[in-house]
Amino acid sequence: MAKKKESPQGTEWNYSPSPESTTHVKLEKRYALFINNEWVAPSSKAYFPTLNPANETVISEIAWANDKDVDKAVRAARKAYQEVWSKLSGAERGKYLFRIARMMQEKSRELAVIESMDCGKPIRESRDIDIPLACNHFFYYAGWADKLEYAFPTKNPKPLGVAGQIIPWNFPLLMAAWKIAPALAAGNTVVLKPAETTSLTALKLAEIIKESGLPPGVVNIVTGHGDTGAAIVNHPDIDKIAFTGSTNVGKIIQRSVAGTHKKTTLELGGKSANIIFDDAPIDQAVEGIVNGIFFNQGHVCCAGSRLFVQENVAEEVIRKLKHRMESLYVGDPLDKNTDIGAINSKEQLDTINRYIKIGIEEGAEIHQSQCAIPSQGFFCRPTLFIGVSQSHTIAQEEIFGPVLSIQTFRTVDEVIQKANNTPYGLAAGVWTDKGSRIFNLTTQLKAGVVWANTYNKFDPVSPFGGYKESGFGREGGLHGLGAYLKLS
Amino acid sequence: MEILKTYKIYIGGSFPRTESGRYYPLKSSRGETIANLCLSSRKDVRNAVVAARKAFGTWSEKTAFNRGQILYRIAEILEGRKGQFFEELIKQGIGRKAAEKEVQASIDCLVYYAGWADKYVAVASSVNPVSSNHFNFSTLEPMGVVGIIAPQESSLLGLVSMLIPALCGGNTAIVLASENLPLCAVTFAEVLHASDVPGGVVNLLTGSIHETAPVLAAHMDVNALVSEDIGELGKSLSIACVDNLKRYIQYSSGITQGLQEIIELQEVKTTWHPIEKIGGATSTY
Repeated sequence: MAKKKESPQGTEWNYSPSPESTTHVKLEKRYALFINNEWVAPSSKAYFPTLNPANETVISEIAWANDKDVDKAVRAARKAYQEVWSKLSGAERGKYLFRIARMMQEKSRELAVIESMDCGKPIRESRDIDIPLACNHFFYYAGWADKLEYAFPTKNPKPLGVAGQIIPWNFPLLMAAWKIAPALAAGNTVVLKPAETTSLTALKLAEIIKESGLPPGVVNIVTGHGDTGAAIVNHPDIDKIAFTGSTNVGKIIQRSVAGTHKKTTLELGGKSANIIFDDAPIDQAVEGIVNGIFFNQGHVCCAGSRLFVQENVAEEVIRKLKHRMESLYVGDPLDKNTDIGAINSKEQLDTINRYIKIGIEEGAEIHQSQCAIPSQGFFCRPTLFIGVSQSHTIAQEEIFGPVLSIQTFRTVDEVIQKANNTPYGLAAGVWTDKGSRIFNLTTQLKAGVVWANTYNKFDPVSPFGGYKESGFGREGGLHGLGAYLKLS
Repeated sequence: MEILKTYKIYIGGSFPRTESGRYYPLKSSRGETIANLCLSSRKDVRNAVVAARKAFGTWSEKTAFNRGQILYRIAEILEGRKGQFFEELIKQGIGRKAAEKEVQASIDCLVYYAGWADKYVAVASSVNPVSSNHFNFSTLEPMGVVGIIAPQESSLLGLVSMLIPALCGGNTAIVLASENLPLCAVTFAEVLHASDVPGGVVNLLTGSIHETAPVLAAHMDVNALVSEDIGELGKSLSIACVDNLKRYIQYSSGITQGLQEIIELQEVKTTWHPIEKIGGATSTY
């Protein structure tokens, strides 16, 4: 089926389908748990299917780990920590990480294709963003392993021990890299649980880890559902819990570890403000708005889901934004033309649709792009709401989908107040041509990451993490190391 | 005849009595009443939080240099009122030598953090070389309103060691004074009041920490909580902190001093600022 894309001049461009080949991808029919560098059948004997959300077909079956399996993984990690990993020099640890980074690069196309199949994200994003960033993260932290005392002078940095890590489904391999690389560089061993809908790239990473010769037990990957995650959180022999996911689950975890010795970092939800001033380069800002909310189907914790436009340019920005939305392709994640892929699961699509319904019921004006969407699979049209006020549910709660709520403002002070009026504090965007205004805004906004004239940029050297109910601790950069070290 | 001092609480730059009208007597080792202290209530805690939030803008936006000056000023005033603290420490049961040592250590602690105020950001920030045309840097910002449960076994030094790094970093505070050694806390509030510390930056309550600390821990407008290891109470506070994901810093010892004590109450903010790259000019000369 040829796809239609409207050009800025108003004529239609037709694109032939351009699907990425899947023939070079090697996937097992069934995946066991990765413990001690071995593939171990779950003691529960239970497996669950993992779907391609773009066509609802089963890609593979994944082991469902229970308490016993988690315990086995923690024991393996503890043994590896005590007997091998904590005794290795930083330089040697670093070499393993460098090697893993290189092997990931070698297999990057395969990883990208699997990521798009399992997660629903466009191949363009998994190929150009997720996978390279994941590799670079290993490469970056590899270099820290023998330089920890430079990061924390006079503090005699030491590893914590065994880290339990629970990651989300929106950037599966990238989140695995964010968690594993700094943990290992700092000298910890790991038990990682991928999200139940997106286990495959973590399991491919397990294959790479085995191939790299990393000592057994240093990284263990246990797949499963929420109960598997709970078993990790509650395991008494884990020293550190790192979680990325929803604020609700983050709070449950924080309550569970209260009063224990476990350290936590929580990377949670957001309702980030993207602020457009009247002197901003409007066309560029429109691209930034699109990237802020429609990147990865809006499944981004730092998505710019609250747009604030200065009143005198609101009409122009919204008009251009609507026009730009019409040229976004929604469809096959493996097609290289696709801008917006599949929603990760039926459950998430239901959540998004519920919020869209609430938005309409509460009186905001809805606009959706007119594009065709596939009849199979889980898809959602790019959606925006106009005439939104602070009291609207869609302006307060994280939707985690391609749904933007738009508000207007007149003055700098007004927009700072509105932007900060949220329990979240993960990220923000500021669009203006004036450097001094950028710095005024970036110092006033209560958010862990502030992008000026750009949005949704990530880099291994750049710390990421939130204020307030968006969680605590940082990942990435020098500051990301602190989460995995004991300082004295 | 000696004029006795009325020990009151400190909220928003003034010295009210607890709104509840309640008190508790502080006894000497011989069983004599030394003073009647305010038994602060939930409402006092909430009033203190409002005052601290209101003062946060003024305090956090002062220049780092100015905060350092004010911390040094506190040290100067404390130095001048040493005698009063000796007497109170002795009244609360410690010897003169130990009292002198404690006051001196408190003054030293103030001077120490006065010096950090315009340096910790430089030491703990980073410029991050990202792979795109952006100037990317991570710097520190104060967390906001901080609840401080002062160490129970120390009347002055414990409180100073926990409070001053929070102030140094631009936070405002609600301090719950040591229940059984509260005298120096109230008198220290008077020192703060005389030291150019704006009203509301520090708010100090006396009373039962088992009554007031849970209110502070559950308060949705408090950003962080600091205490020493307080056992079971600590566990229940850490659960109460979860509702707004308050950061809870529990020190194994109440009396510590260092850069880390400032940084624990800071958030890391990363900014991506664009760099204009036009044309092909390079710097290969």
